[in-house]
Amino acid sequence: MTEEKFIFSAAIKKKIFYTMGAGILLLVIGIFMAMNGGHHAGHEVAEHADTHGGPIWQLRIIKDLWLNNVFFSGIAIVGVFFVAFNYIAQAGWGVVVKRVAESFGYFIPVGGVVMILLFVVFNHDLFHWTHHNLYESGAEFDEILNGKKGFLNFPFFLIRMVIYFVLWYFIWKSIRTNSVAEDLNADLKYHNKSIFWSAIFLLVFGVTSSTSAWDWVMSIDPHFFSTMFGWYVLASWFVSGLAMITLVVVTLKENGYLSVVNSSHLHDLGKFMFAFSIFWSYIWFAQFLLIYYANIPEESIYFVERLKNDVYSPIFFMNLFINFAFPFLTLMAAEAKRQAIILKIVAIAILIGHWFDFYIMMTPPLLKQEGGLDVKILFIEAGITMIFGGIFFYMILNGLSKASLVPKNHPMLQESVHHSIYL
Amino acid sequence: MQVTSPVRPPLVTGGKTISDVTADICKQVEGKPSKMWIISFTLSVICLGYGSYCLWMTWWEGLGLWGLNKTIGWAWDITNFVWWVGIGHAGTLISAVLLLFRQKWRTSINRAAEAMTIFAVLCAASFILAHMGRPWMAYWALPLPNSFGSLWVNFNSPLVWDVFAISTYLTVSLVFWYVGLIPDFATIRERATGIRRVIYGALSFGWVGSAKHWSRYEAISLVLAGLSTPLVLSVHTIVSMDFATSVIPGWHTTIFPPYFVAGAIFSGFAMVLTLMLITRVVFKLQDYVTIEHIESMNKIIVLTGSIVGIAYITEFFIAWYSGAPYESYAFVNRMSGPYWWAYWSMMTCNVISPQLFWIRAVRRNIKITFVLSIVVNIGMWFERFVIIATSLHRDYLPSSWAMFYPTKYDVGDYLFSFGLFFTLFLLFAKYFPVINMAEVKSIIKSSSGKQEHKH
Repeated sequence: MTEEKFIFSAAIKKKIFYTMGAGILLLVIGIFMAMNGGHHAGHEVAEHADTHGGPIWQLRIIKDLWLNNVFFSGIAIVGVFFVAFNYIAQAGWGVVVKRVAESFGYFIPVGGVVMILLFVVFNHDLFHWTHHNLYESGAEFDEILNGKKGFLNFPFFLIRMVIYFVLWYFIWKSIRTNSVAEDLNADLKYHNKSIFWSAIFLLVFGVTSSTSAWDWVMSIDPHFFSTMFGWYVLASWFVSGLAMITLVVVTLKENGYLSVVNSSHLHDLGKFMFAFSIFWSYIWFAQFLLIYYANIPEESIYFVERLKNDVYSPIFFMNLFINFAFPFLTLMAAEAKRQAIILKIVAIAILIGHWFDFYIMMTPPLLKQEGGLDVKILFIEAGITMIFGGIFFYMILNGLSKASLVPKNHPMLQESVHHSIYL
Repeated sequence: MQVTSPVRPPLVTGGKTISDVTADICKQVEGKPSKMWIISFTLSVICLGYGSYCLWMTWWEGLGLWGLNKTIGWAWDITNFVWWVGIGHAGTLISAVLLLFRQKWRTSINRAAEAMTIFAVLCAASFILAHMGRPWMAYWALPLPNSFGSLWVNFNSPLVWDVFAISTYLTVSLVFWYVGLIPDFATIRERATGIRRVIYGALSFGWVGSAKHWSRYEAISLVLAGLSTPLVLSVHTIVSMDFATSVIPGWHTTIFPPYFVAGAIFSGFAMVLTLMLITRVVFKLQDYVTIEHIESMNKIIVLTGSIVGIAYITEFFIAWYSGAPYESYAFVNRMSGPYWWAYWSMMTCNVISPQLFWIRAVRRNIKITFVLSIVVNIGMWFERFVIIATSLHRDYLPSSWAMFYPTKYDVGDYLFSFGLFFTLFLLFAKYFPVINMAEVKSIIKSSSGKQEHKH
């Protein structure tokens, strides 16, 4: 097979820079709107939120930076997860899309650095539990958080964060190195090494996916706890990652790349998005039902804040509609999963939907009544997301251009090239 | 064109041809029962007989014969129920989920695993009937119009959801299993004479193997697989909600649904391994249930065992993290209270020992696999016992703290389910084809060792 390489052309780079530029412009407009338009009662609420006197729009930006970094880092790590479980399951069909998922790993270092910086600089804004007065006797003393300080404390949190990214990056790097080396030298030892590192990755990710979700998402609401939360975040990351893989594969194909990807591969990617949208809904519903049914105040406050609150309930229901009903109904028919355009629409919907899933997880405890669906989302949130998306695509497309688009010496490549689910 | 990568090991060894498959599997159905079979069957029937006596006594005298007390009102009955239902999950996972994932190795084990599912669900149902105390009123669990005034099922109760989930699951599993059997019954019919030909002829529903029949067979298999997949997840999800909807420390935890499903698949695969490791030797099926099949099942065991392990650790961590004193106590009491031995048996058998399967040599060692498959089932029984008994035995009122001691009837009713399970499984193994001949034949071309040599 002839080697096919993705060319990260100046035209594509220009598009990415324009998107990021537009994002910056939107953000600036959004900030001006927030500063001058003076959303009602903005300052009053800001006092209740942990902004230390800063205006609410600043907190909003900090929250968006954190949200996008958690969202895109999750997608990046799911790319590695996809490669790893395909190795372990000895799945042959996905070899032709493997390089796309593999390239997501190029975002991990960016995500790691941004995450550490954001935490070091803005920890008091993002995490209520970082305030020292909660642990000293006085009016602010919080007995519950005092009990958690063995886990929720600045140094340990930072060490954990560094460990996650270092482990993820180095295991991804090992998988990637073997994968690229296999292109140059058709030796089965690279395949076997990839299987070994994939197993290590699954072991590490099995634990760190839950612990990172507790750290980065659940501890924003430090009194709330749910044993399901780690898997809930994992499900959301996972389906977003699958949607991103599908989106990149379909877009590459539209631009004349990946000619070996046929409608059966698309069908399988569609099945993945379909199945794991249902899986996410299952996890969502199981967590909701049990908390609703038992109605223990410490737990149900989470849903009271989001469901019984006019500011957030539209987003709450939108989350369910976009992430469950829409992919479920659209991808139900077999033929729908084989159409590039339908996959593209659903993948974009899933990505937007799960971005809002993280939004509804993170915003209520930080912005209180100020985080609802209003026109500012179109500027501040959209602007920051476009900047992050631009960085994400720049990193992965740049990575993608460094090696052949199809791993040409993968021992299961022929299975994948001749893949047909109707045989 | 379908291509099979050279790195894939063959799934059918020994150079079997399509006619060998028919001969090797029909041989067991057509031959006289072996001595081993007769001995095993006799033991199972004795076990069933003694168990039936104990069950009869339970109904005749009442549930007072069990070791329940005012603090622990649910113990072995529900433990055994959950254990058996969980075991049942592997059959559906193998036949439905692995079909959707196009895993060819499922063809050699799906028949026996599905049979195991059905029998395990029947065993589970026997505990529902047993712990009703008055089984003749079992129909009260159904939402039937009645003349008892306002008597109606409580739709808010997960126990009622169980009734629907499990009965639907049993029905669909039975249909799935039977549909798969039809072509094989036709194969046996073609080889049989006399009364056997009439019986297998009737069982095969007039199957002639035309292209139209096969097309329908494949279509219905996919539809049933699509139906069974959400069903199998729903069953153990709802079983977990029997506990998790209540506000009892140790029971109410949101991770229960997926964690119970993972545990169910874990124990189910262990039971499939236990049964298949014996069956393949007794029926000389080593070329069909190969070391590759065993290794694949062991991989699923280490995966699901690790998922269960993460869930245990998550529960423990969140119990501490929550700052809720009752929740924390429930978990500390599990680990170091009077039931510490049950807790550590569970931890050892479910989380620690299956980790040996990370090592390839262990996954491919039949003796270790056999021992570990039994260890896993012991561990999974303890898991349910730990969740149920340790959360109940020390309630909010220390004066009513108690321990549970099983009586002869607790043990006897458990033996009843073993007797029932093995009696049914042995009858199945003798009179039905234990391996899906039609589906194994379909992979011979792509995945048998013989074809491999030709290249």
